[in-house]
Amino acid sequence: MTANVKEYRVVAGPEGYLAPSAAVMGVVLPEKGEALIEGAIVPEEEAINKIAEKLLAANNPVFFPGPSILWAWKDGVLEKAAALKRLADAVGAKMIPMPDYRPKYPMINPATEINPNHPNLTIWHNKIDACIFVGVHCHYANMALKIVRAGTSCYTIALCGEVGHEDAMISLRDVKATTIDRITEAVKKLKGGA
Amino acid sequence: MPEAAVNAITKPVMREVDPSYLFNEAKREKVFITGSEAVKEALRRANVSIAISYPITPQSESMHLVGDLYAEGCLEEYFRGENEFAVMSAVAGASMGGVRVFTATGGPGTLRAFEAFPTWSGGRLPIVCAFMTRGINSPLTIQPDTIEMSFMLDTGMLMFHAENSQDVYDMILKAFAVTEQVDVHIPAGVYIDGFFVTHTRGNINIITEDVKLNAYDPYSAPVPVMDMENVPVRQMRDPFVMKSNFISYDAHAAWQLEISAAAERARKYIKKYFGGLIEVENPDAEIMIMTSGTAVSQSRDAIVRAKEEGINVGLVKIKSIRPFPTEEIRQIAKKAKWIIVPEFNKVGWMAKEIKSIITDNDKVIGAPRVFGGMTMPPEIILAEIRRCVE
Repeated sequence: MTANVKEYRVVAGPEGYLAPSAAVMGVVLPEKGEALIEGAIVPEEEAINKIAEKLLAANNPVFFPGPSILWAWKDGVLEKAAALKRLADAVGAKMIPMPDYRPKYPMINPATEINPNHPNLTIWHNKIDACIFVGVHCHYANMALKIVRAGTSCYTIALCGEVGHEDAMISLRDVKATTIDRITEAVKKLKGGA
Repeated sequence: MPEAAVNAITKPVMREVDPSYLFNEAKREKVFITGSEAVKEALRRANVSIAISYPITPQSESMHLVGDLYAEGCLEEYFRGENEFAVMSAVAGASMGGVRVFTATGGPGTLRAFEAFPTWSGGRLPIVCAFMTRGINSPLTIQPDTIEMSFMLDTGMLMFHAENSQDVYDMILKAFAVTEQVDVHIPAGVYIDGFFVTHTRGNINIITEDVKLNAYDPYSAPVPVMDMENVPVRQMRDPFVMKSNFISYDAHAAWQLEISAAAERARKYIKKYFGGLIEVENPDAEIMIMTSGTAVSQSRDAIVRAKEEGINVGLVKIKSIRPFPTEEIRQIAKKAKWIIVPEFNKVGWMAKEIKSIITDNDKVIGAPRVFGGMTMPPEIILAEIRRCVE
């Protein structure tokens, strides 16, 4: 890549016709205890506070829970789902599920569903200005995050149970129910201070 | 083998350990084996569920030996496919089903199966395949040649090139550790120069038989496992490109970008488990040889002889072809006046790769090249070295 690759920042779009992979542009995933804010590695706590700030500043924050949180394939999923509901309630955010990844023709109903192959439709239809991807398998999350960044101005947040997402504007890794509860606490603290 | 005999096999007791322990701490013992036997010994410790074979020279022996592992109880399933394309499709199905799989091919077999390889990458399948390279030109040859690697460069797969049987053994095991990372999860090819490595015997250090790689967890994959017995049954990775509209094109493009990103993320794991994408000797020399596979071994001989003549020559052994060690090579190339790239193929794909990433690439000497089964005597590398100082 060119010399300016390291300056690449993952910010709200629309970035253009085809947004590049942040990983190829030099953004690296965080190590344990760290997170990403707009392509830069930061301590997890800083990202948690930033998430709370972004969610509360949004006109229409929406959470997109994916199959990994809609189905209890792993231990801890039920607890994580309950924590997510608590966070949504604290923020006043709606939830629009990504129930699976199959393309649906002629198209999904963007009022009730989001699909990784054309997530921009749901964001445009609902005028979503901040969103959370959670429980979406990493491949589909990265793919959708790129499409969202390319075509919309939505601010993307990924709460990843694995190692994180460079293509989100804010990304946490190793997210558990307790991590989500920490975001809820940060939201409540911010609201209380307002 | 009669069914009763197979059923009577007792699975060997091997303790599962994490990759770092397996590669760095587990006890090793020296054995005198061929490259094909090194494949078998790597698979014994790889905790693979399914291996599928189809014969082609010079690969046939390796998968035959892997079949012996089935008889020893180390594999859950092993069979011969109808042809290479069928094998590569079958391993894809097994991998989508969430098990660790292995296969091998080479030369014309690689090309016969070719469509499968980008499909593996697109499917985020962490398959490990050994490619025992050979010529694929007409008139027919079964002899050593690395031409097939040039065709594989843009399939989206990770590519590692073994210099010798020790590399074969280590790279196959380590390839699983790299490919199965959730942020990587694309297939890997371990390339082994046919005959020069597969059919020659050498001393290598192998891990004792009491440990094996820990199990693959398909529920920490970047794509859902195709589990037909658990909800939601049809978590398919359906093609979405059957419509002629921008949404389909956009989704396909974003998908392909994510495959490139996965290969990029592999770098840190290759550094962790392989010790780097390259190995360097004498990096400050004005004359550098940069190459991969058995051309590295031949270059080592040439470098010793050059030293006897008072010529200082360094060496870059390129272990990872995909991802390519772009920054590493750029750094070393800055200091070099000449870069010699010996290759076992006609097209010089490695020289092209190196030329494409450095600005002053007129210092790259794409020679010597041998192909069609020819050996590479160190003398012809030495001749190129001498030309640099004349």
